[in-house]
Amino acid sequence: MSIDQKTLDEIALTRAEYEVLVERLDREPNHLELGIVGLLWSEHCGYQHSKPLLRLFESDAPHVLIGAGKENAGAVDIGDNLAIVMKVESHNHPSAIEPYEGAATGVGGIVRDIFSMGARPIALLNSLFFGPLSDARNRYLYEGVVSGISGYGNCLGIPDVGGQITFADAYSRNPLVNAMCVGIAKHEDVILAQTGESGNVLLLVGADTGRDGIHGATFASVELDTESEERRPAVQVGNPFLEKLLLEACLEAAQTGALVGMQDLGAGGLTSSAIECASNDGTGIDLDVALVPRREDGMTPYEVMLSESQERMLMIVAPENVDKIQSIFDRWDLHSVAIGHVTDDGMARIREKGEIVAEMPVRIITDPPLYRLAGVEDTKMEAIRSSTIDDLDNDPTEKTLLKILNSSNIGDRQSVYQQYDHQVMNNTVVAPGADAAVLRIQGTTKGIALKTDTNGRYCWSNPFIGGAIAVAETARNLICMGARPLALTNCLNFANPEKLEIYYQLEQCILGMQQASNSLSVPVISGNVSLYNESEDGPILPTPLVGMVGLIDNIDKHCTPAFKNAGDLVYVVGSQKLEQDETTLGASEYLSVMQHETKGTPSIDLDLESLIQDFVLKTIDKQLIQSAHDVSDGGIAVAIAESCIWGEIGLSGDTHALNGSKDASLFGEAQSRIVLSVTPENSDQFESLAKEGNIPFFKLGTVQGTNLDLPGIVNLTVDEMTLAWKNALAESVEKR
Amino acid sequence: MFLAKVYVTLKPLVNDPQGIAILGGLHNMGYKSVEGVRAGKYLELHINETDKAKAEKVVTEMAQKLLANVVIEDFRFELDPIQ
Amino acid sequence: MRFAVIVFPGTWSDKDCGDVLTNVFHQEVDYVWHKETDLSSYDCAILPGGFSYGDYLRAGAIARFSPVMEQVTQMANDGRLVIGICNGFQILCESGLLPGVLTRNAHLQYRCQWTQLRVENTRLPFTNNCEQDQILKIPISHGEGNYFAPPDILDRLNRNGQIAFRYSNASGNITDEDNPNGSLDNIAGIVNENGNVLGMMPHPERSCEANLGSIDGSFIFESMIDSYLAQQPAKLST
Repeated sequence: MSIDQKTLDEIALTRAEYEVLVERLDREPNHLELGIVGLLWSEHCGYQHSKPLLRLFESDAPHVLIGAGKENAGAVDIGDNLAIVMKVESHNHPSAIEPYEGAATGVGGIVRDIFSMGARPIALLNSLFFGPLSDARNRYLYEGVVSGISGYGNCLGIPDVGGQITFADAYSRNPLVNAMCVGIAKHEDVILAQTGESGNVLLLVGADTGRDGIHGATFASVELDTESEERRPAVQVGNPFLEKLLLEACLEAAQTGALVGMQDLGAGGLTSSAIECASNDGTGIDLDVALVPRREDGMTPYEVMLSESQERMLMIVAPENVDKIQSIFDRWDLHSVAIGHVTDDGMARIREKGEIVAEMPVRIITDPPLYRLAGVEDTKMEAIRSSTIDDLDNDPTEKTLLKILNSSNIGDRQSVYQQYDHQVMNNTVVAPGADAAVLRIQGTTKGIALKTDTNGRYCWSNPFIGGAIAVAETARNLICMGARPLALTNCLNFANPEKLEIYYQLEQCILGMQQASNSLSVPVISGNVSLYNESEDGPILPTPLVGMVGLIDNIDKHCTPAFKNAGDLVYVVGSQKLEQDETTLGASEYLSVMQHETKGTPSIDLDLESLIQDFVLKTIDKQLIQSAHDVSDGGIAVAIAESCIWGEIGLSGDTHALNGSKDASLFGEAQSRIVLSVTPENSDQFESLAKEGNIPFFKLGTVQGTNLDLPGIVNLTVDEMTLAWKNALAESVEKR
Repeated sequence: MFLAKVYVTLKPLVNDPQGIAILGGLHNMGYKSVEGVRAGKYLELHINETDKAKAEKVVTEMAQKLLANVVIEDFRFELDPIQ
Repeated sequence: MRFAVIVFPGTWSDKDCGDVLTNVFHQEVDYVWHKETDLSSYDCAILPGGFSYGDYLRAGAIARFSPVMEQVTQMANDGRLVIGICNGFQILCESGLLPGVLTRNAHLQYRCQWTQLRVENTRLPFTNNCEQDQILKIPISHGEGNYFAPPDILDRLNRNGQIAFRYSNASGNITDEDNPNGSLDNIAGIVNENGNVLGMMPHPERSCEANLGSIDGSFIFESMIDSYLAQQPAKLST
């Protein structure tokens, strides 16, 4: 083989993979062809390590319109001939280098994934993970990422309705920036990434193509000098204004019914966009790079094919409809250029001024070698899980609760959410901050609830259980708003999967997620994978993010987590008593805040979870419930404190016997628990329904007064809790 | 005392959405002869140093660390002695 | 009443405004592309929120040169109603139809939050359904809403009753804590000398339906519709 290692390294192809390619082609690829295959066989496009595992996810259910792995995003039916289209995607690495532009272009990419399917984006959510804000670099990343999301998302006029922000040491230098976009479309308007028949025209629309984001391979054939470094912009600068025009023009084009297919140009640029469309239909493509509008002079075919310039889209149009589509883009002052056509010979043929510069069978290059490893758990984990949880109840409970409310993972996120326009489009019924956001669906009585969530500590401690809890808790959040979970999407953020203990985490998380998604009947309809998230400081926590959509049939029946009126009775379902033992503190926020340690392990009973979720949804639908709030990070103490803070009213507890640790009972994170409040008039009916359904529950107390007062256990004014909670993020920035 | 006039501009081949939009606006107004626009930032810093070389060093440092994001931006500056 | 909702490249509150006028107030609405040059058939022009031309250079700076702005100016001179909301306010200031400028928020961050507005002048066609000093709960969403005008202009605005709304607290006190962006004297909205052109940073179209959190924006749209109807000669029934 004449190929040198340096060339292979630059396109991240192993020698074995190169040999597979040569054997399949029955010849050596040229430089451009090698670049194309390197891209298509990368983890980002080809999912080499994750695909065999992702096949474990099942996405069949009657309401699933487009399941996982088939398109840019998944789609579910919500009735009224409407489809919800959704996906979550990571932009971790770019955000670590240039947080503002990295996060901004991440938003741009996920939004294009949604409107490339003909769906109008109606909501964005972000799950962000950083190292502690006490570190200057982490603060820089945090502030840059938040303003990048704000800068790009606000300009598009898509409401950003929340998500999650988590701080942990493992994300120092490895920030995770996951963005979810949700769109809506009439069933008949959904557009797929397909080519249709031979002769159809490939229209490239949107921004001009520059040398953005081309991987090191570009310069493989030239000596790297200062000048060539200058020529290679590592970070892309997003243009949200152009994206907004592209969004409107593409949706207008989609409404004409004249589009055969549409696919955005994301990671992998024109290469993966055009070739994936052909692969979906078993066709070929023939395109000429000389026709691609450039931002810069002197670009080679290699650079044009591998460029990752933002805000571009590929449309496939029958020849007779080209004028019609182009006139739409003209009106929006956007380029639309025919760069080639669909063929029936199954070849990906790239030309420059007519001359063929690359030619390979689509089938061969879109079928990367896949790797199924045998994961092995890190031997130290068993001891961490079984280590004793002790040294509890050292401080007065009041002090502990205030400390936890004031911690960076529990405190109020309003200072972030208010930088995002969460109201534009006039659908936001419940703004960010509650268990989930709620949007109305105009023209119907319906609403949807949206949430992204995961817990890296749980997944690190026990990947299977952690994966299951990520799904169960996200579903529980939707249930608390009165929404029936419809479908989930995910973004699997992990470290290097070639290490067997990381592969083990990935595999176990997926299996756990799959089991919970089966138990709770929430199909997986799309997903994204971000691997190799590690630096010299070590790997990230396994972070399988779950994004979920739920349906509320009658928006007027939606529920919120704030306590409402004095006199309402407060119940906890999912448990028969306030008392919990020490094991419920496994991998908890309490241990992290008080003991700076992760030990023990979380647990979940999926049968109980399912029972509780069905029951709460039913009672909300019967309008028996005044407020519902999930018990999660920080345990029941944090859950009731938040309901008091949001409701600006106290809770007067009944007498509860606690024989063991107070801290375990208050801050333990036993799953499947929900705090509900019920009017006195409805309490009999509520209790009898609970008994009929064999629902474990107990009455905690009554909404009233100015204090959270559990007699003999904890007593704080709502005002002091509010102060601690509201100032948490600002104070953790100041703790330098 | 020196007045440092610092110009921060995007590197030549980095996408400049602002420049593109301004160019479009000028074209719409009829200024067809303008062929390209690149937008940047201009900053004035008063530097309390007597030695020009020292002033140069500190401005360079500040520009590298804060005023410009050297991943995507270039900077240059002029130093004028002032009273 | 016929409304023209002007759509610039980058506008995004166009549909919110149009939907509210159609569904809540049952008025006639057309979306008018910024390259149009005839607004003669409209009674009111709305310049909605968004990021026209990405707000590059300065918010509203490029949009003011759009062809449609000549006709918007004509409407303002005719005495027809013009309302600029958020980015629309910025465009009206850039085009000189309203005095002053909107600069970056004092804290340099974008803000999307509920604000309370004290109605300063109830004799305007935009506020005559309000009571003096009534408090309206209406949200803002902007990064450049920090109103500034030199002292002589501010003085004139005050003397002529051109200040329509100020950010206030629930009891109507004008305080720094309730000023979300650093605006001079808590100014949230102003009118021109004739009182037929209003610019305001808050979004009244986001507060006309109860399940979105407030219906106080209705006072503004209803005032506009009522004052239009009051000006029309009584129609003969046939």
